[in-house]
Amino acid sequence: MSDLTRTLPAAVAEEFAVEQLRDCIGLVLEAARARGADAVEAGLHIESGLSVNVRLGEVDTLEYHRDKGLGVTVYHGTRKGSASTTDLSERALRETVQAACDIARYTAEDPCNGLAPAERMAREAPELDLYHPWEISNEEAIEQARATEAEALEFDPRITNSEGASLNSHSGLRLYGNSHGFLGGYASSRHSLNAAVIAEDASGMQRDYWYTVARDPRALETPATVGRTAAERALARLGASSMPTGPQPVIFEAGVARGLIGHFLRAINGNALYRRSSFLVDSLGETLFPDWMRIDERPHLRGALGSAPFDSEGVATAPRDIVSAGVLQGYVLDSYAACRLGMETTGNAGGTHNVFVAHQDMDRAALLREMGNGVLVTDLMGQGVNNVTGDYSRGAAGFRVENGVIAAPVEEITIAGNLRDMFAGIRNIASDLDTRGNIVTGSILVDGMTVAGD
Amino acid sequence: MSVSRLDMARQVLLEPGGLAENDLEAVLGGILGHSVDRADLYFQSSRHESWFLEDGIVKEGSHGIDQGVGARAISGEKTGFAYADEIILPSLTRAAEAARTIARAGQARRMQAWQTVTPHRLYQPADPLDSISADDKVALLRELDAFARAQDPRITQVFVNLAGVHDVVLVADSDGTLAGDVRPLVRLNVSVIAEHKGRREQGSAGGGGRYDYAYFFDGERARDYAREAVRQALVNLEAVDAPAGTMPVVLGPGWPGVLLHEAVGHGLEGDFNRKGSSAFSGRIGERVASPLCTVVDDGTLEGRRGSLNIDDEGVPTGRTVLIENGILRAYMQDKLNAGLMGTRSTGNGRRESYAHLPMPRMTNTFMLAGEHDPQEIIASVERGLYAVNFGGGQVDITSGKFVFSACEAYLIEKGRVTAPVKGATLVGNGPEVLTRVSMVGDDLRLDTGIGTCGKEGQSVPVGVGQPTLKVDALTVGGTSG
Repeated sequence: MSDLTRTLPAAVAEEFAVEQLRDCIGLVLEAARARGADAVEAGLHIESGLSVNVRLGEVDTLEYHRDKGLGVTVYHGTRKGSASTTDLSERALRETVQAACDIARYTAEDPCNGLAPAERMAREAPELDLYHPWEISNEEAIEQARATEAEALEFDPRITNSEGASLNSHSGLRLYGNSHGFLGGYASSRHSLNAAVIAEDASGMQRDYWYTVARDPRALETPATVGRTAAERALARLGASSMPTGPQPVIFEAGVARGLIGHFLRAINGNALYRRSSFLVDSLGETLFPDWMRIDERPHLRGALGSAPFDSEGVATAPRDIVSAGVLQGYVLDSYAACRLGMETTGNAGGTHNVFVAHQDMDRAALLREMGNGVLVTDLMGQGVNNVTGDYSRGAAGFRVENGVIAAPVEEITIAGNLRDMFAGIRNIASDLDTRGNIVTGSILVDGMTVAGD
Repeated sequence: MSVSRLDMARQVLLEPGGLAENDLEAVLGGILGHSVDRADLYFQSSRHESWFLEDGIVKEGSHGIDQGVGARAISGEKTGFAYADEIILPSLTRAAEAARTIARAGQARRMQAWQTVTPHRLYQPADPLDSISADDKVALLRELDAFARAQDPRITQVFVNLAGVHDVVLVADSDGTLAGDVRPLVRLNVSVIAEHKGRREQGSAGGGGRYDYAYFFDGERARDYAREAVRQALVNLEAVDAPAGTMPVVLGPGWPGVLLHEAVGHGLEGDFNRKGSSAFSGRIGERVASPLCTVVDDGTLEGRRGSLNIDDEGVPTGRTVLIENGILRAYMQDKLNAGLMGTRSTGNGRRESYAHLPMPRMTNTFMLAGEHDPQEIIASVERGLYAVNFGGGQVDITSGKFVFSACEAYLIEKGRVTAPVKGATLVGNGPEVLTRVSMVGDDLRLDTGIGTCGKEGQSVPVGVGQPTLKVDALTVGGTSG
């Protein structure tokens, strides 16, 4: 079938000794077949990186990361077993295959078990521009973190302390192969810079942070921007207090709005659906959102954090609408869940790839004006989301908004509702996109939530 | 004469790669040549497995091995860290050389002579994975499935998960510490979905500790998890909207102790206090709770999930009184933060694995029993919430604000427990909440062994506990006015 690793750039092949890694996968597939497995798949990752953290101008920690691992799943008929190892020696690989085969002797027959359909394997690997290793020395990395923190500390005398600023740079390679004869791999990198500082006045201490993350270090925000934003956010929280209990419209600032869309994606994930442990079972084709809303997936976006040429079963990824005109168009499925639901995989084994929420022609200030009076939530705490019922209740901090402008910081409140009602109750989405993750959205205004406070 | 845990760790971790103590001495000595104050090596081999049942069949099983060595160099407040996943001298030396780049060349220090640490004996050095056959593991999962389904016809889904870890560690520190430990950890969890009249709810229960799998065959233990999961799901089928607003809250005994973990525990970890970023910084000796409250962190309880014979810096764990009759007494410390704060490690230096840096972490954190009858506590509330089971929680160390999410709770009306309410998040302020504790029950209980704590991306197993207690005012995040 297709060996997509042959098309890896020569520099990548050399950097990661791809020839040897390919042999590891080959050995595992062969050893499994020799032990009687009817089908087998193996994934391998290798990653290295650097993290530096600077606090109050001095180096706090300097960490070097080097990780690797291989996971194998074997199928004896429709019985399944999995095993993993961090040791890639031939002996360890053979033992790992053995462990997986031993487990498959005890698991039960399940007709949905097996590799994803052969015809769905990726046939080409589009160049996604995901790999930009950063040749940064320790000294330069420390200097960037130091500059970031210094910007925050010097921004205002009320910035009195710091948890530090850090720079992280990681790059690595993923390989996946299975007994359809598919073998694919791609290299990627991820760099980030962040700062967390503490503001203090007579009312007490408040901490906040800011970060920037990108595949290409040239796409990062500058140390000055990251430092200043962290300082501004911490300062804005000073003097926060609770607020009265009652119904209020709520704006989820873009950063936390990503989480709201994340709850939606979790509820339409096939694993929750076939277990009937989601509040969105049997909701395909239903109008879940206002009719102007669109949510789409863009797996081949060059240089984006969620891009991938194929999913973790080798299935080719492709752009698609998840929601259009407010109607749910498709679930998030891997091959197993798809089989259980009598459907086909959507190429989402391992998750979604760049989910975009369409926004309206309205910036954040306009969104605040649209809300008038309510709460702008900038921080959420706790795990109070029930995926079975959709019940939602989380700790929150942010700002009270009066007459369309920020009036005062709030904290020690909760916001509660039911996700189904919250999705239907989305009034507007602003254009202030947060692009720092796999989900990209602007700030979202939701009607009909309950705020609990004093 | 039984083989010591250190000898067992040597056998598993050092001998296969042909390493001996003089090699560790040479590597640590090499790091110390660079104006490094202290250096340590953490060797680990961890074998883990997991079995999963759903739809009445054992669907998945997995097995994994993770091993390696972490090298840390400390110079003042600076830490350099690197690790390798091969436990052989060249990899170890490379990791050590990377770690020491934190410090410039300078005054060499001397490696201290080895002093073997005598660990506690809080659990057997057993390998849980091999303690029963795969047939028996599969049979246990199947039996629990059938048992849970037989409890009530409204149960439509049952998920059972059995997991075990066999963890062998060895710590060598330039201060002379040489210690080893063999740490078993098992966990069994049952989750169910109940469906009735178009409504679906879940229930979940489980437990475990530092034992082998025989622990789950002791009496009715495993079946009790299934009974409990079913009971919770059925209660939730009847739940009405939770109230919203500030009111008295009575917390049940055991796992609701997650309150203490979030509200005060994290804020009393040494690193935050050394850095002055905790709402509790500089408050030792001050009143931070009502006189009814005494809170301890105790890593020396036999077999508990949060217990350790030694911490991950080779220090035997201890019992630290954090709050005594309402007065803040101590922080939890690892070696680094204790050294910088002029005190001693309390045996709370923990790390997720060899690939992570140690930091001050909790072990088993709980409040000691008081004098009130739990019924009397409930009877004292005119209108409020009785919360008996929780999901997880989170805290902002600096502002002190914390949350924890109830997954089983009831209204209290006129001193009586009435309708079950839907899950709701409770929010409060750490330094204030314990000052509002007005009654403490005589029914101290620890959780069943289900807690995992996350801090700076690192997960470690922990325990919590408390007696029934009453907080006069907490904000309850429901939807009903």
